[in-house]
Amino acid sequence: MATRDRPRAKRTTARSEAPADTGRRDFCRRTARLGGGLWLAMTVPAFGGRPGVRAAGGAGTGASGAGAPGAAAPSELNAWLKIAADDSITVLVDRSEMGQGVYTALPMLLAEELEVGLTAIRIVAAPAGDAYVNAGNGGQITGTSNSVTDAWERLRTAGAQARTLLIAAAADKWRIAPERCRANRGRIENDHGQSFSYGQLAQAAAKLKVPKDVKLKSRENYSLIGTSQRRLDTPDKVDGSAEFGLDVRLPGMLYAAIAQCPVLGGRARSVGSSAAEAMPGVRRVLTTPSGIVVVAEHFWQALKARDALEVVWDEGANASLDNAAIRVLLDRAAAADAGLVAKQVGDPAAAIKSAAKSFTAVYQLPMLAHATMEPMNCTADVRADRCDVYVGTQVQQIAQAVAAEAAGLPPARVNVYTTLLGGGFGRRLEVDFIPAAVLASKALGVPVKLVWTREDDMTQDYYRPPAREEVRAALDAHGKLVAWQLHITSPSITARFDPTNKDPFDSVIEYVQNYPYAVPNFGLSYTRREIGINVGYLRSVSHAPNCFAVESSLDELAAAAHKNPLDFRLELLASKPRHTNVLKLAAERSGWGRPRPGRHLGLAFMEGYTSVIAQVAEISVQDGAPTVHRITCVADCGQMVNPRIVESQMESGIVFGLSAALWGGITVGAGRVRETNFNTYRLLRANEMPEIDVLLVMSDVAPGGIGELAVGPVAPAICNALYTATGTRVRSLPLSVHGLATSARR
Amino acid sequence: MTLISVNDRAIEVDAALDTPLLWVLRDHLAMTGTKYGCGMALCGACTVHVDGTAMRSCVLPLRALAGRRVTTIEGLSADRSHAVQRAWIELDVPQCGYCQSGQIMSAAALLAVKPAPSDADIDAAMAGNLCRCGTYPRIRKAIHRAAELLAPGRDT
Repeated sequence: MATRDRPRAKRTTARSEAPADTGRRDFCRRTARLGGGLWLAMTVPAFGGRPGVRAAGGAGTGASGAGAPGAAAPSELNAWLKIAADDSITVLVDRSEMGQGVYTALPMLLAEELEVGLTAIRIVAAPAGDAYVNAGNGGQITGTSNSVTDAWERLRTAGAQARTLLIAAAADKWRIAPERCRANRGRIENDHGQSFSYGQLAQAAAKLKVPKDVKLKSRENYSLIGTSQRRLDTPDKVDGSAEFGLDVRLPGMLYAAIAQCPVLGGRARSVGSSAAEAMPGVRRVLTTPSGIVVVAEHFWQALKARDALEVVWDEGANASLDNAAIRVLLDRAAAADAGLVAKQVGDPAAAIKSAAKSFTAVYQLPMLAHATMEPMNCTADVRADRCDVYVGTQVQQIAQAVAAEAAGLPPARVNVYTTLLGGGFGRRLEVDFIPAAVLASKALGVPVKLVWTREDDMTQDYYRPPAREEVRAALDAHGKLVAWQLHITSPSITARFDPTNKDPFDSVIEYVQNYPYAVPNFGLSYTRREIGINVGYLRSVSHAPNCFAVESSLDELAAAAHKNPLDFRLELLASKPRHTNVLKLAAERSGWGRPRPGRHLGLAFMEGYTSVIAQVAEISVQDGAPTVHRITCVADCGQMVNPRIVESQMESGIVFGLSAALWGGITVGAGRVRETNFNTYRLLRANEMPEIDVLLVMSDVAPGGIGELAVGPVAPAICNALYTATGTRVRSLPLSVHGLATSARR
Repeated sequence: MTLISVNDRAIEVDAALDTPLLWVLRDHLAMTGTKYGCGMALCGACTVHVDGTAMRSCVLPLRALAGRRVTTIEGLSADRSHAVQRAWIELDVPQCGYCQSGQIMSAAALLAVKPAPSDADIDAAMAGNLCRCGTYPRIRKAIHRAAELLAPGRDT
């Protein structure tokens, strides 16, 4: 049981509008606006203190960050750091830990400048608050693979400021100049062999004025950054003590299951609940805008009672929607509309018309589900004057806003306690599972944990939108690429936050805005075609689908130019040394040009999240079907904070990409998602794991993203290898829809 | 009331006999280390040992447990000292961590019967445990490492 801080609400100043409308930045700003004045009155509750339960993801401590009972309150040196008299150091991490390693990487940034070891640090999830806004995203958002990029200056500065304050406090005590003091492993020392621990100085340091200009360490003096440190969240994840949303327990808590219309977009017309209400343990059945919520003493009771509900559904407009219809919608929209021009260089249409060789190809991407291992869930505790929400979320402020609306309280009265996330992948950027938990707690006057089943999770997702991506391109007489243009037709991810938006930018086209290849005539256009199904952000949002079109087309163009796919790319990237470097290294490591007998290689490249990556897929083919044996991955992610975590994220992205490339597809029939569990939504298993060879390039440019980077190149690399092997070009995913008994193994 | 044995403790449970062991552990006994992932024995997140064998607790009704011995992740060791846990920490296997209780219980059951498993043994034993984060390469390495830690005569 945690000791708890007294809730101390602290009003912060109004926040200015987000600077630019791009990507998920837009998402937050617009969603926040829907949340009703969210930006104008944000509170920063006292950190970490959480009533009744353990803090999330503690680094082996399980404490909430407060000191031992009876001890003096720890001193807050800034929004991320608290030091107690007993020398315990608590770091608030304002990004959600969903496997990508922020509970280790972000504390490393702070610890580097604070001159403390990692083992001294305890982690507490930051509350919702303006101090924790991600500048790159315009809100407190864990997404776009930019947690480290965003924190890079901010947290090192916070550490350096705290160090400077501690030095000033020590200098005061010794009555010497601060220049004659230094920080070393949790102590401030002077030249006379005297020293104070940080805990001895913290109270005095917290009273001093925070210095504005602090000097950050230079790269050669790093002791933590760039080293492979063990993750701080691992120990709790090997003994069952790590707390995910699903594990939250509150005194007197009830459990809830929810019935949602099986047809996407449908609603309940009538609800017969008497049989369900009569079942053992059932306490209430209530109808909410999200669905019919059954509250019981135990989850199994709630689930069985849910099955006893008699609901007549109004299936709505999607009652006859299926995959073929969706495909036709996109094809017709693409034919009818050239799209809004998002970017143009030169005159691609004219160049294609007059070129020696022109090329057209349509690439098709299916819908995908996030399928986090932990299904959506939320625990809410609504009282007369406040609401506590315990949830694995990537968007604390939006969670706060929607909970406030459901509770009928101002956002300032809602505390969001972020647990560990049992996978995020963008699914927990959505908050659709929060209001029903809040409404149930409010109705019953006790804490309620609402849990979605796997089937709920799979069939009520915000899916990766289906996309039709048409490439037109041209080569001159020497096989040089003279024009490349892409017309994307897809439902919009971004526009749901502002349906009247006419901006051609959308999260589904983002990657190609930064098309890496040198081409004199370039075009990118977007036709928005809605399909009536909720779509959302899936790991490697535009990068994975766009990369499939870009890298497949590059291979097709190389073939048309009678050039080696590697040389063809290197020519087009000649002015970019980081890019050519990873390509050459990937070729070298994979045995490019000299595959082993019976094996075939395919290459793909991507620039994204300010990192660059190249992958080579090694496959064998039997009866036309590929088996993936090995993925060689070379990445330059800029300055790495913790290479051990970077490597794991490359492996992670590749596995994610393999599942999608080989089998990933959500299909719809009669308005219902057909894939309901892992027997029909196939994910890569341990026995299917190909060999993965990761090489990370040492680099001193600023840190780039790692969490989404490795997903995109997997599918095009496999398809390019398949073409090399068989001459068959696969332009739609997953590979399994082509009747290929696709597989993977070492 | 049903009497069951969990982590060498005899516990009386007041739950319907069709309640899956998973929810008995999580909701009745407050042992939340065992995870819910699919409810159909497809993902392995709920893996526990029943009489030493890895089983999916999401499809094991309470009525089937009379006289049987259940071990959960909480009971694997008191202090993360089981060889599998030590190897998992040494190699930093978990990412999000949600599936890892199940992975560890499957690995521990494998090593109990095959102290030096081959890659094929690992494939067979671990194929039922999904990991969406893709920790499979490290799981394989960690199982081999745990086997080393368990090897007789080793100073561990």
